[in-house]
Amino acid sequence: MNPVNYLYLSALLFTIGATGVLIRRNAIVVFMCVELMLNACNLAFVVFSRLHGNLDGQIIAFFTMVVAAAEVVVGLAIIVSLFRSRHSASVDDASLMKL
Amino acid sequence: MSFPLLTATAALPAVGAIATAAVPAAQRVAAKWLALLVSLATLVLAAIVLVRFDPGGDRYQLTESHAWIKDFGVRYELGVDGIGVALVALTALLIPFVILAGWHDADPQETGSKRWRPTQGFFALILAVEAMVIISFEATDVFLFYIFFEAMLIPMYFLIGGFGDRAHEHGDDAAATQRSYAAVKFLLYNLVGGLIMLAAVIGLYVVAGNFSLQEIVQARANGSLHMATNTERWLFLGFFFAFAVKAPLWPLHTWLPNAMGEATAPVAVLITAVVDKVGTFAMLRFCLQLFPEASKWATPVILVLALISIIYGALLAVGQRDIKRLVAYASISHFGFIILGIFAMTSQGQSGATLYMVNHGISTAALMLVAGFLISRRGSRLIADYGGVQKVAPVLAGTFLIGGLATLSLPGLAPFVSEFLVLVGAFERYPAVGIVATFGIVLAALYTLVLYQRTMTGPVKAEVAEMPDLRVRELLVVAPLIALLIFLGVYPKPVTDIVNPAVQQTMSDVHKTDPKPEVEAAK
Amino acid sequence: MENLIALLVAAPLLGAAVLLCGGRRLDAVGHWIGTALAAASFVIGAILFADMLGKSADHRAMSQYLFSWIPVEGFQADVSFQLDQLSMTFVLLITGVGSLIHLYSIGYMEHDERRRRFFGYLNLFLAAMLLLVLADNYLLLYVGWEGVGLASYLLIGFWQHKPSAATAAKKAFLVNRVGDMGLSIAIMLMFTTFGSFAFGPVLGTEGHPGLVGGATEGKLTAVALMLLLAACGKSAQVPLQSWLGDAMEGPTPVSALIHAATMVTAGVYLIVRSAAIFNAAPDAQLVVTVVGAVTLLFGAIVGCAKDDIKKALAGSTMSQIGYMVLAAGLGPIGYVFAIMHLVTHGFFKAGLFLGAGSVMHGMNDEVDMRKYGGLRTYMPITFVTFGLGYLAIIGFPGLSGFFSKDKIIEAAFAKGGTEGWILGGAALLGAAITAYYMTRVMIMTFFGEKRWQPDAEGHEPHPHESPRSMTIPMIVLAFGSVFAGGFFSIGDRFLNWLEPVTGHSEGNSPVSALTVTLATMVLLVVGAGIAYAQYGRSPVPVVAPRGSLLTRAARRDLLQDDFNHVVLVRGGEHLTRSLVYVDHTLVDGVVNGTAASMGGLSGRLRKLQNGYARSYAVSMFGGVAILVAATLLMRAV
Repeated sequence: MNPVNYLYLSALLFTIGATGVLIRRNAIVVFMCVELMLNACNLAFVVFSRLHGNLDGQIIAFFTMVVAAAEVVVGLAIIVSLFRSRHSASVDDASLMKL
Repeated sequence: MSFPLLTATAALPAVGAIATAAVPAAQRVAAKWLALLVSLATLVLAAIVLVRFDPGGDRYQLTESHAWIKDFGVRYELGVDGIGVALVALTALLIPFVILAGWHDADPQETGSKRWRPTQGFFALILAVEAMVIISFEATDVFLFYIFFEAMLIPMYFLIGGFGDRAHEHGDDAAATQRSYAAVKFLLYNLVGGLIMLAAVIGLYVVAGNFSLQEIVQARANGSLHMATNTERWLFLGFFFAFAVKAPLWPLHTWLPNAMGEATAPVAVLITAVVDKVGTFAMLRFCLQLFPEASKWATPVILVLALISIIYGALLAVGQRDIKRLVAYASISHFGFIILGIFAMTSQGQSGATLYMVNHGISTAALMLVAGFLISRRGSRLIADYGGVQKVAPVLAGTFLIGGLATLSLPGLAPFVSEFLVLVGAFERYPAVGIVATFGIVLAALYTLVLYQRTMTGPVKAEVAEMPDLRVRELLVVAPLIALLIFLGVYPKPVTDIVNPAVQQTMSDVHKTDPKPEVEAAK
Repeated sequence: MENLIALLVAAPLLGAAVLLCGGRRLDAVGHWIGTALAAASFVIGAILFADMLGKSADHRAMSQYLFSWIPVEGFQADVSFQLDQLSMTFVLLITGVGSLIHLYSIGYMEHDERRRRFFGYLNLFLAAMLLLVLADNYLLLYVGWEGVGLASYLLIGFWQHKPSAATAAKKAFLVNRVGDMGLSIAIMLMFTTFGSFAFGPVLGTEGHPGLVGGATEGKLTAVALMLLLAACGKSAQVPLQSWLGDAMEGPTPVSALIHAATMVTAGVYLIVRSAAIFNAAPDAQLVVTVVGAVTLLFGAIVGCAKDDIKKALAGSTMSQIGYMVLAAGLGPIGYVFAIMHLVTHGFFKAGLFLGAGSVMHGMNDEVDMRKYGGLRTYMPITFVTFGLGYLAIIGFPGLSGFFSKDKIIEAAFAKGGTEGWILGGAALLGAAITAYYMTRVMIMTFFGEKRWQPDAEGHEPHPHESPRSMTIPMIVLAFGSVFAGGFFSIGDRFLNWLEPVTGHSEGNSPVSALTVTLATMVLLVVGAGIAYAQYGRSPVPVVAPRGSLLTRAARRDLLQDDFNHVVLVRGGEHLTRSLVYVDHTLVDGVVNGTAASMGGLSGRLRKLQNGYARSYAVSMFGGVAILVAATLLMRAV
């Protein structure tokens, strides 16, 4: 199978994730969409690794996973504390950090 | 290695500033005394510099040079020529008077908060300004100069914005608003000037490859550094703009009346007598030496601007209702004279301009500080609120009059010598310019005497009837300044002897010689 | 001997310093210190004079070098003095009359709590005036020149609580500053032309022609006209005369010393001192004579209309100095007579002013002559001394004014040509008017009915003779008024004394000296006769009649002040006010406008920050999309 097809899949996943971040209000869903975008990137890295025949892409994919894991920890904690204080997980409710 | 005397003159007030700031909140008086002693010690150091300086010797003396930022060729280079040493001495001389005059200006009005230490801050900031101004007069590395040229804005900003006259006709809130407006205006004007200068400094580095004033001047003189005409002009304009803002030259002057009006009198003296001198000094040292051809190219425009400053400043001084703003506009007129003297490019003009910087510092300090004493008594800056003070406080009125007479350059007092030299220097090359500038002396008489008449003479106003005369501390501030004004008016030779060789050097930098008199002395 | 010259200046300067810095503890003796130091200066002057007389005419000039004042590359100004016959004449006049007036002031200012300060100012004036006449270069002269201006300012405004005095003082200083501008430009011109402004090199000394000879006439005319401007300011000549009348706000001794005998004659000194320049600039000389002639008529006309005794005398001073300036403008034929008239005028005008002061002293400080009358029996000494001064000033035969004024009129005719006739005619006419207004002053003050009025507080005046400290100076000055002219003229003593300095030549007059003298006598009688017919034959009304158009104009100083007020004061006020507006709205407005538009822009940009995470995300995505597109486009190109 042509590895380029995986790139199309990656682009599709990224678009889905991006759209989700833009149109959904539920913080959990937005968060999952962010994860989707990260994984789309991971997929692209792995494909590039395969295409170019070196391991750089795979190494970066590992880095991304580590970052994603850390992000999940911090992000979920923020979402949980937001939900506790406001009883809502809508991102639009947290619009106070403006001038 | 010999003792780094020049570094010491700047480092002492800098250390003093930190020490003063660190004095505990309860020890206000100790902080004042500490600041005064530090400033006096600096004066002693400056006097040593003055004595060690040999007018007949090398151009830059007491030099120090250390590598600083190697990658960019920035060096820590200090050295004074005759002009620099005179201004270092002026600065060191004036600061003790500024501190003494502002003795009570920063006393906290209510002793509520223990952590609020305005007194310590006020005197620490003054010392910090002194340190930075002195090092600006000593720096012979363009980058080093630039850093302190800009850095002195920070303490000045806080001095203007943080400490104002107690009394204000529209109440405390209005005073605070106007003060912060004045401080921000001061900062913005000078930052814009500084920014443009920064671009020119970088441009100079790109062209010359280092920041050392002496090396660049030497390289230009022996032809190893060629600068295209246009490049030189742009770089000149970048430097000149910053100095013209600081000096200030019309039409970049409008920050000065606000800043001097809102600040307390000692801070106003600090602005006009000390900090602004860095601008005119830098014109002489950097503009003329680094860019001689561009300086000559720009001379006609600068002379016209200087003339406008002289006349315009004086006319506006006549129209002021506020004592301190009046002095500010008078200063603008005087800075016009200084710049006129510098760019007349004659020995008389430049010696006169240097002397003018010193004399203007002393005379404005005398007038402004007495005005400050007056204002603190009545609690108003408006001329119309005074009248007949002469009757109730004759010593105050007398010193005010002498300060005023110095401002109008009465012969016998120091400013006359410098003003006349500037006029002669301008006249011999550009007669029309000299004649127009001479109108300035009539206008100076007008604004000074109108001010004196309205405040000091006439029937005694009820509000001033109980006004006390000068106190001992105030007399201690004013009397030495007046003595100095008279001494330098009668015997300016000590200063001219120091200044003359440096002026000759500058004249040869710009490749100019004085015009010869039409009728030669009998052979 | 030379070393004494500096002491001439130092003595009164020391007095000024001690009296002004000494504080209240010197109040009791201050006036004696001041008088003693003035007298000391006179004694030193007399010693030097005696020494000078002992030498031959060509070796009388002395000089003393003190120190280098302003040494700058190519520019040399020294503090050094020169004492020649011309300076000596002034030194004796200044210290002599000055000491007498110090003495007079002890009595006159007795009840003033600030008497010590008054004497300090007087001493300051003496020092500055002596510096002016002793300086050996124009820049040092300038110091004295402004120094006397300062002393004059302080003394006119001595009673500062009166707004009119403060205003008059300021006006005097400002008008003088305009003149000073002329002196300053003249010095600059000299420096650029000759490279020096010292008397010796520029004007030349005995046997050494000065640099003046090498300059073009145009340059010299410019220098001379600028010097004339300076002289006009200091000597109250048209068009800078307006300050002198107001200067009478000062105490009367000040009017006598500064605004009659000495300071106002400094302009004449300047012109005579610069004779070498003026001689080489005939056009400028013509202007000088015209200024002199116009002023002598102007002052005389003003003097006729004033009811204030001091202002009438001030008009007369202006007119008499007009004579001196006229003579000085005539060149070598007039220099000596200008100075001679200056000296005799110093005696009689100082005497007249002191007399006026004595009258005021006895009349509760009333100055309006319409409220005097019949004082001759109450103040006999004042009457006699004032009367002698009066006879001297109108040129009564045998008295001082007769000799000195007559010579000037002759010299004016001797200029020759149409100018000579016009100038001589003006001088003759002036003599007639002088006789008129002085007779008027005399009659209104000492003769006729008593028209005394109680002052504002209701005190009836009790005229009485003044104390001896006041009458002695008046008597001494009266002696001078009577005999000085004759003493100077017999054997041409004054001429021989001054000639080595100023030079002298006899013009050829189209009319004989006798004719001039006779014509003067006739006009004198006519002038005095008209005055007698107007004021002596019928009682003087206490309230001034409306008078003719000319009288009304003359009362207002021939509308000069109104002109100044409308053109200079109002115009200046409008100018400064509009400039303040321009500075605030235009120059500052540009800056504030920039700041305001920045503020507006940032306010609008702020709205983009709405706090919604999703809209930030959109802008991020948009930005990335644009960046990617741009990169791709760049690659494609």
